[in-house]
Amino acid sequence: MSIFEYNGSAVVAMVGKNCFAIASDRRLGVNLQTIATDFQRIFKIHDKLYIGLSGLATDVQTLYQRLIFRHKLYQLREERDMKPQTFASLVSALLYEKRFGPYFCMPVIAGLGDDDAPFICTMDCIGAKELAKDFVVSGTASESLYGACESMYKPNMEPEELFETISQALLSSVDRDCLSGWGGHVLLVTPTEVQERTLKGRMD
Amino acid sequence: MKLDLSGLQSFPSIPGGAVDDLGEDLFAPPSFQLPACSDVPDSRASMGGYISSQSVKKIIEINPYMLGTMAGGAADCQFWHRNLGIKCRLHELANKRRISVTGASKLLANILYSYRGMGLSVGTMIAGWDEKGPGLYYVDSEGGRLKGTRFSVGSGSPYAYGVLDSGYRFDMPVEEAAELARRAIYHATFRDGASGGVASVYHVGPDGWKKLSGDDVGELHYKYYPVAPTPVEQEMTDAPAA
Repeated sequence: MSIFEYNGSAVVAMVGKNCFAIASDRRLGVNLQTIATDFQRIFKIHDKLYIGLSGLATDVQTLYQRLIFRHKLYQLREERDMKPQTFASLVSALLYEKRFGPYFCMPVIAGLGDDDAPFICTMDCIGAKELAKDFVVSGTASESLYGACESMYKPNMEPEELFETISQALLSSVDRDCLSGWGGHVLLVTPTEVQERTLKGRMD
Repeated sequence: MKLDLSGLQSFPSIPGGAVDDLGEDLFAPPSFQLPACSDVPDSRASMGGYISSQSVKKIIEINPYMLGTMAGGAADCQFWHRNLGIKCRLHELANKRRISVTGASKLLANILYSYRGMGLSVGTMIAGWDEKGPGLYYVDSEGGRLKGTRFSVGSGSPYAYGVLDSGYRFDMPVEEAAELARRAIYHATFRDGASGGVASVYHVGPDGWKKLSGDDVGELHYKYYPVAPTPVEQEMTDAPAA
């Protein structure tokens, strides 16, 4: 079994009308054994920028700490928050630094940029950026997430509909994956507010 | 608990022969002391990490008095249980009486043993009621066959054993036994990624088997552990500056 599948994960981000949502599962396992059902994979960089990290849990936490550190240094020098595009380049550079001994993580980055334009992107573990206009997925449930998002996504959704869509896509996808699920975590970000919700899901 | 291997014995032992450290229990007549037995498997089928079905019938109804459970390779289990069903029916027609659970389980164990090393993957329990009362056997594709009062088989079995062994008593009423078995399966589905779906409970009594319940584990979790509404969601905050 691949080291990317050691802990199990599912991360997804979707774009709506002047808003975006990012969601993940809550399981931390060791292969098939479930250890915890309150694991965090989505992290805040600043009010309008979030990163979801799928893959090996230890690298998720290490990478998050390094990213926070670098973003704080940026804030001190520039006296402003990073733009999502800039942050994506930072993540990419940080990952490629470890080209021959990578972090076993696949990031999903979602944020609101200038004029509150939503930005989402994903990467492989060595920093190859993949930008998308609609949705991005990552983790052990990525195949079923692609299927669910492909069939449920509509362009220009309002925040409430976007929340419903991403939640249904996440829950139905992880129900087809042994290694992810056990509840969900959704963040809905609009220019004026951020809503954080925990989803009840199948606990098997 | 002393391991009861009397079911494994295929020929009478010679008294005063080789020293037997298994004790006298081995020479005692087979004891069927169970008041009743419950069978509870989950219903998930997975291929690698992918869940191919959440509603598989893992309890196979061999005849109205005997049940088999499925763990391991789906095709191997399905085929050899159907095959066992045929053999049991033929035995019934030839001898004008139903086959014993001991006999049926040995029939299956002998077949599986003849294919040993050829890659069959079967882990099963045969539970039923015969002339001697209730019977429960564990049979696997390595050729093993054990008689017992409770078993659990499959990837989630260690978790199920944890619940089963801590809650089991010999003189349990049917309802309590069924609930213990259901809980054992629920806890197995919670911890084991490869187990899940529906927890079906069967009861085997003198008048044959009866399905007691089939609970969706997704709902069972929130029945056992209702979600208490949290007044304030904890928010992410920055650490105070040093």
